[in-house]
Amino acid sequence: MLQVTKRPESLLDVKMHYCPGCGHGVAHRLVAEAMDELGIRERTVGVAPVGCAVFADHYFNCDMIQGPHGRGPAIATGIKRSRPGCVVFSYQGDGDLASIGMAETIHSAARSENITIIFINNAIYGMTGGQMAPTTLVGQKATTCPTGRDPRVNGYPIRVCELLAQIEGAKYLERTSVHTAANVLKAKKAVKKAFQCQLEGRGFSLVEIVSTCPTNMGLSPLDACKFVQEKMLPQYPLGVFKDIEGGKHDASRN
Amino acid sequence: MPTIKVDETRCKGCELCAAACARKCITMSTTFSATGYYPAVCCAPDRCTGCGLCYQVCPDLAITVFKEEKK
Ligand SMILES: Cc1ncc(C[n+]2csc(CCOP(=O)(O)OP(=O)(O)O)c2C)c(N)n1
Ligand code: SF4
Repeated sequence: MLQVTKRPESLLDVKMHYCPGCGHGVAHRLVAEAMDELGIRERTVGVAPVGCAVFADHYFNCDMIQGPHGRGPAIATGIKRSRPGCVVFSYQGDGDLASIGMAETIHSAARSENITIIFINNAIYGMTGGQMAPTTLVGQKATTCPTGRDPRVNGYPIRVCELLAQIEGAKYLERTSVHTAANVLKAKKAVKKAFQCQLEGRGFSLVEIVSTCPTNMGLSPLDACKFVQEKMLPQYPLGVFKDIEGGKHDASRN
Repeated sequence: MPTIKVDETRCKGCELCAAACARKCITMSTTFSATGYYPAVCCAPDRCTGCGLCYQVCPDLAITVFKEEKK
C-alpha cells in the first residue's frame, strides 16, 4: 500500500492539547506543511501567542519563542531585523492580535516588517473561558456578554484584513477558513503564499484563518463549522485583500 | 483498495472526518478509546477512494490515507 498522506516534518509527532474539533490543529498543520514544502524549516523562527496556542512551541519542529500577550509582531520584528536570513512567523488568536496586540499588529504592518502573521479568528477568547473578543459577532453570546453582543454596550466586531488593507506596508493579506475540506485546501495555499511573500522580501504578510472554538461557542464541532459558514462568513468574507508586488526589503538577504 | 487508518490514541471523536467524507465511509465507534473518546472508524472500506478529505479536516492528524500501488 502506498501512504498518500504524511505528517509534515515541521510538526512534531506529539499529541496536541486542543479540544476536540478545534481549528488550531488544522491551522498548525497548514503552517507546518508550508515550511516543509518551501524547505525553510531549519531557518524558521516562530512566535507562539498567549491563548490556546500558547504551547505551539511544543508542536512546531522549528525554533520558537513564546511571546507575551499580543506582542508577537514586536518579537517577530526583533528576530527578523537581527537575523534577516531567518523566516519569521507569529501565530496569534483574535484576543491576542486584535485586542491587546492591536497596536503591534498595525505598526508592524505600517513598517512593513518582512514577517508573516497567522491570525486565528475564532470570534472568542478560547483559553480564558469564552469572553467576548474584538471579533465576536453582534448577537453572539460570550461570558462577558451573556445575552449576546450588543453594539450599544459592546461595540462592533473588527474586520482585521479590511483594517490592514488600507495600510501601505501590508503586502499580502488573505482571509481563509478551515471549516470545510475545500476551504482547508485554499487556506493551505494562502499560508504558503504568505511565506513566499516574506521569502521574496516584499514585506508584511498576514493570513486570517476563520476558525472554530466548539468549546466556548457552546457548539458541537460540526455545529461550530455550520456557525462559521452561516454566521461568521457574512461578517468576515473570504478572499485576497492585498497581494502587492515589490517591497522595501532586500530579497537577496532572505 | 484505498483505505484509511485512524490512530485511536490521537482521535478525539470530533466527527469532522465523518462529515467531510463524500462517500460516507466513516462512522464513530460505539466503544470508548483508551483516551475516553468514541474514535472514527472506516465502516465501508470498499467505498473509500483515498481522496484524503478526512485527512484535510482532522485537527489531530489522526488519519493516514493509503492507496493501492500502481503496477
Ligand atoms: C497581559 C495579559 N493579559 C491578559 C491575559 C489573559 N489571557 C490569556 S489568553 C487570553 C485571550 C486569548 O484569546 P485568543 O487570542 O482569541 O486565543 P484563543 O485562546 O481563542 O486561541 C487572555 C485575555 C494574559 N495572559 N496576559
Ligand atoms: S478552548 Fe477553543 S480555541 Fe481553545 S483549544 Fe478549546 S476549542 Fe480550541
